[in-house]
Amino acid sequence: MSTSTAVSLPNDPKLRGDVVLPEPLEGRELLVRGDHDFHSITEMVCAVNEAPILKTPNGLKFGIALAAAGAAMFGGYIGYLVWEGPGIWGNNNPVGWAWDIVNFVFWVGIGHAGTLISAILYLFRQKWRTSINRFAEAMTIFAVIAAGSCVALHTGRIWMDYYLFPIPNQMGLWPNFRSPLEWDVFAVNTYFLVSLLFWFTGLVPDFATLRDRTNVRWRRFFYGFLSLGWRGSMRHWMTYEKAYQILAAFSAPLVLSVHTIVSFDFAVSQLPGWHTTIFPPYFVAGAIFSGFAMVLTLAIPARHWLGLKDVITIRHIENMNKVILLTGSLVGYAYGMEFFMAAYSGNQYEGFTFLNRMGGPYWWAYWIMMSCNVITPQLFWFKKIRTNVKFTFVLSIFVNIGMWFERFVITVTSLHRDALPSSWDYFVPVTEVFFFAGTFGLFFFLFLLFVRFFPVIAMSEVKAVMPQANPHWEGYGHAAGGHDHAGEHAHDHHAAPAVGGVAGPAVATTGGHS
Amino acid sequence: MSSTKPWGLLAQYENPATLTHACSRVKAAGYEKWDACTPFPVHGLDKVMGIPPTKLPWAVLVVGLTGSTFMLFFQSWAMGWAYPMIVGGKPLFSMPAFVPIWYEVTVLSSCVTAFLANWIMNGLPQPYHPAFASKAFERVTDDKFFIMIESEDPRFDTEKTKTLLKESGATLVEELEA
Repeated sequence: MSTSTAVSLPNDPKLRGDVVLPEPLEGRELLVRGDHDFHSITEMVCAVNEAPILKTPNGLKFGIALAAAGAAMFGGYIGYLVWEGPGIWGNNNPVGWAWDIVNFVFWVGIGHAGTLISAILYLFRQKWRTSINRFAEAMTIFAVIAAGSCVALHTGRIWMDYYLFPIPNQMGLWPNFRSPLEWDVFAVNTYFLVSLLFWFTGLVPDFATLRDRTNVRWRRFFYGFLSLGWRGSMRHWMTYEKAYQILAAFSAPLVLSVHTIVSFDFAVSQLPGWHTTIFPPYFVAGAIFSGFAMVLTLAIPARHWLGLKDVITIRHIENMNKVILLTGSLVGYAYGMEFFMAAYSGNQYEGFTFLNRMGGPYWWAYWIMMSCNVITPQLFWFKKIRTNVKFTFVLSIFVNIGMWFERFVITVTSLHRDALPSSWDYFVPVTEVFFFAGTFGLFFFLFLLFVRFFPVIAMSEVKAVMPQANPHWEGYGHAAGGHDHAGEHAHDHHAAPAVGGVAGPAVATTGGHS
Repeated sequence: MSSTKPWGLLAQYENPATLTHACSRVKAAGYEKWDACTPFPVHGLDKVMGIPPTKLPWAVLVVGLTGSTFMLFFQSWAMGWAYPMIVGGKPLFSMPAFVPIWYEVTVLSSCVTAFLANWIMNGLPQPYHPAFASKAFERVTDDKFFIMIESEDPRFDTEKTKTLLKESGATLVEELEA
C-alpha cells in the first residue's frame, strides 16, 4: 500500500470513487474508499430505502413510472397475443423462430453475469464482488423473468404450457425427456428458483438491518416478515455461511449448464449454422460477456445517483471491464472458429450459411454484431478506456446491442435460407417490437422497485471485507479508547484474513484525511 | 420485575477485537448457554466460541442424492416403460439424453435443501426473541457486537456474570426479561 499513500484522494464522496489509484506494490487496493466505519456503510446503503414514499427521488419516481408504463403495455400486449395467437408476429414459414427466441436467449444470457459474480467469484474469493453482487443477482432474477415470459408466451396456446412439466395426466403421457426443449424447461426453472433462493438468503441479514432501523409501522412489518427474525447470532452465521457456500458451489456449474442447454436448443438440431459443437462454450462466454455489460449499464448510473461511489469504485468497474475483455475475446475467437470450421468441413450447406450471414440479405445484422462484439471489447486493453466511466457506459450499451444481434444472426439467418430455395423468405418483425419493449418495461419496473425497497449493496458482506472487520486490525489500538489489545495478538487464531493486506494507518491516508 | 430471574444478560461491544477477546473469556469461564451476535460473521470467532461444525452439508448430500437418483429412474421409467416412445432412433433407455435433466434436478434438490436446512437448523423464522426488547440490540445488524448469556446456564449468576461481562470490555450490560 505504500504507493497508494502517495496519492491523496479528494474528500468528496461524489469524486473519490472515480479516482484511479496506482497499483499498490504489495497487497490490494482497499475495497471501500473514504473514512467509512460500519455505521456509515449502513447509512449510505439504507438512505434510498428509508426515504418516505412521497419523498422518493424524482428521477427514481420518473423511472418507476416510465417502466411501469412499459410493463402495463406488456400486459396489454400479452392479452392481444393470447387473443390473436402468434400470427401477429412476422415469423414465416422457414423462419419459425425469430424474436421470441432471440429475446429469450438475450435475457437469459444477461442473467448469467449475476450468477457468475455471486457464485463463481465467491468461490474464487474475489472480495470485490461484495459491492456488486446484490445488484447483479437482482438483475439475474428479473432477466430470467423477462426470458421466461418470452418462452412461456411463444408456445401459442399458452394455456397448454403445463404440458411442459411432468404432471401425471389422464392420458398417461409424459413430456419427451430426450428433447433439448424439455431440458431447457428444467434448466431455466431450476436456474430461476436457485437464483431466487440464493438472492433471498443473501438479503436476509440486510432486511434485518432495515427492520431494526425503521420506526415506520409498515416497514417494520414488511422487513420484519422478510428478515425471518434474523438476529446475527454467530451460531446462525456458521450454518448460514455454509449454506451460502453450498448454494454458490451448485450455482457455479448450474450457470454453465443452463446456457449450455440453451445452446443445445440450437446445436442438437440438424440445421446448418446451428449444428456445431462449439455452441456450448461459445454461448456461455457470450452470456457472461453480455451480462457483465448489463451489470455496468445498471451499476454506473446507480452508483452515481444513489451516491455509492465509495463502495463501487473505479477499481470495480475496471475489473468488470477486464472480464468483458476476456469473454469478448472468447466470443470473437468463436466467431472466427465457426467460419474456419464451415470452410474446413467442406460442407457446402455449412459454407453457404456462413457466407450468407456475411453478405446475404441480413448482412447488416451480421456486421452490427461483429463491430459491437469484436471491436468494442478490444478497446478495454487500454487502461485509460477501461478506467473511464463514461466510455465504459457507452461501450457497455454497444455490447448489449451486439449480443442481441448475435442471437438474431444465429436464429434468423440460419433459418431464412432453407435447403429448398422455393421456400426462402425474409423475416421482418411486426408487433413483436412491442413484445421486446414490454420485456424491458417489466425488467426495469422490477429492477427499480428493487432499488427503491431492497438494499442494493450487500451490507453485511461489504462490512466483512473492510479492514476493521478483522479482529486483529491494528487500528483498534487507537480507536477503542485506551483499551489494550496487545494480548490479542499473542492468541493463535488462524491467519488474519488478508483484507487487502492493509494495516490501520494506510486506511487513514487512502481515506484522504491526515 | 426485580424479583423474577431475568432471561439473561446482554452485553454490548464496540468492535470485533473486543468481542473476540470477551468471547474467549466467557468461554474460559465455562458458560454453555450463550451466544455472540454480530452484524457480519467475525472470522475466527467460531473457534474461540467452540461452535461445532454445522451438519448442514449432510442434509444436502442425502436429499441431493435422493433427488438425483429419483430423476434418473423417473426419466427411464417414463420414457421406457410408462409410455414407451422411440425418439430420434434412440433406445428406450437413452442415458446420455437423460443427463441434462438428471443434472438439473440434482442441483435443484440440493439447493432447495441447503436453503431450507439453513433456516430450519437455525430455528428461523423466529418472530420474537428476548433480545429484541432491548433498544441497544437494534444496532446488532448495523455496527455493534453483542454477547448474550442465558440465565438457564448453570454458572449464571446475575451479579458475577455482569462483572465478567463488564470486565471483558463491554460498553453496556443489560438484563433481558423473559
